[in-house]
Amino acid sequence: MQQTRMPHATRPDNRRLQARVPEKMAVALTVNGAKRQLKVAPWTTLLDALRDHLDLTGTKKGCDHGQCGACTVLVDGRRINSCLTFAVMQDGANVTTIEGMAANGALHPLQQAFIDHDAFQCGYCTPGQICSAAGLIAEGRAKSADEIRELMSGNICRCGGYPNIVAAIQQAMGRS
Amino acid sequence: MIDFQYARAHDVADAVRQMAADPAAKFIAGGTNLIDLMKEDVERPSRLIDISRLPLKTIEETADGGLRIGALVPNSDLAYHPLIEQRYPMLSRAILAGASQQLRNMASTGGNLLQRTRCYYFYDVATPCNKREPGSGCAAIKGRNRIHAILGASKACIATHPSDMCVALAALDAKVHVTGPAGERTMGFAEFHRLPGNTPERDTNLHRDEIVTAVELPARGFASNYTYLKLRDRLSYAFALVSIAAALELDGHTIKEARLALGGVAHKPWRDTAAEAALRGQAADEAAFMHAADLVLRDAKGYAHNSFKIELARRGIVRALTQAARGTPQPQSNKKIL
Repeated sequence: MQQTRMPHATRPDNRRLQARVPEKMAVALTVNGAKRQLKVAPWTTLLDALRDHLDLTGTKKGCDHGQCGACTVLVDGRRINSCLTFAVMQDGANVTTIEGMAANGALHPLQQAFIDHDAFQCGYCTPGQICSAAGLIAEGRAKSADEIRELMSGNICRCGGYPNIVAAIQQAMGRS
Repeated sequence: MIDFQYARAHDVADAVRQMAADPAAKFIAGGTNLIDLMKEDVERPSRLIDISRLPLKTIEETADGGLRIGALVPNSDLAYHPLIEQRYPMLSRAILAGASQQLRNMASTGGNLLQRTRCYYFYDVATPCNKREPGSGCAAIKGRNRIHAILGASKACIATHPSDMCVALAALDAKVHVTGPAGERTMGFAEFHRLPGNTPERDTNLHRDEIVTAVELPARGFASNYTYLKLRDRLSYAFALVSIAAALELDGHTIKEARLALGGVAHKPWRDTAAEAALRGQAADEAAFMHAADLVLRDAKGYAHNSFKIELARRGIVRALTQAARGTPQPQSNKKIL
């Protein structure tokens, strides 16, 4: 491979101003209905804030690059990749994680449907799949199995549980 | 990831002011591309200026029958907006062909324009890349270049622009409204993105201290005869190897107006106005579509692993124009190519 100069990572950043170490910043979130206050560095992702600061480890870190969907949560009712947003950017937001899906001691219809359809093997992608499916149902755009597959394509299941995941979502859509 | 300062912008003027004060700052809105690049150490901003709460989230009708889309409208909201679905369905389809719903919920209109190439070598800081590190060389030209450009590339860079949305915006002849220290200006979509030339580190003609405030669509939406045909390695959630936005206005069987833009083939969304001109006045048939495809690809150049794109683009253009002429746009859920 041609190489004429040392690559980027070893070079100093001439344009960067002398950095002061930033203060931790206060962030207020409503997580699964509870108001939470935390202090985090600006580079703490929402995913890391949930897992490492709020001990909500149901949300999974898969690729940490927005490619797998394991970190999917609902922010103000919309599904997003929590690995690709900083907690400070979400100050004031209403976050729902897999821990907040069950209500009054009963599983969420999606959780029950995933059990009914055996829609997981290792289970690592499942919290993201269920949060993503909850977002999909709220959006109301997917009707057919093809549309469910297309609009769930941001959630990867390396065990290959897709047919059962689609069936589970169809069951939950029928009930909601 | 490198450490950085974080500040929220209070209004557009404040955002521009904060940017002018720190030469290594970056704006952040959806963050889906920038944060990923920061994790890879490709982007190393000293400060993030959060513009995500600025009031640029509306879609408004313009006096001349078009639409003005605020730069912070999320991609998903834009794709599903009733006026976009009715008047500019090619744009809606193109947006939905890209990324995942989670990413579309986060990603902004302005940020989609400014997303950076997915060239493997641009992402890998252990390799040379003239876009990431000017003067260091291009590892792609003699490396693995299956996903790279076949049109408009240079000896310095053969990266492609990754956006689907921008291909439709190019075909629709959108305008980009920006604000900087000197005030507001408007750029035609063809002038917004750049070819690599000797300065591949510059993706666009946006100045460093300018902010995109809106994208404007002209009245002409091609809502009857259009398609967005995206050809890729997976059926969903993959970048285009070749994509085609094709739109026609027909008078019976005769082409009155044509638009043709390609994604996945160049450093910018590749609209070809010469091919469009050649289609005007012609019968909407395969001979005309083949001629247009030949024109688009007249200067196409393949590298070791991507020469297949030339024939793929040729067939894709003919197929897309056929879909547009028939009024049967490519569905985004049923993947069978019409």
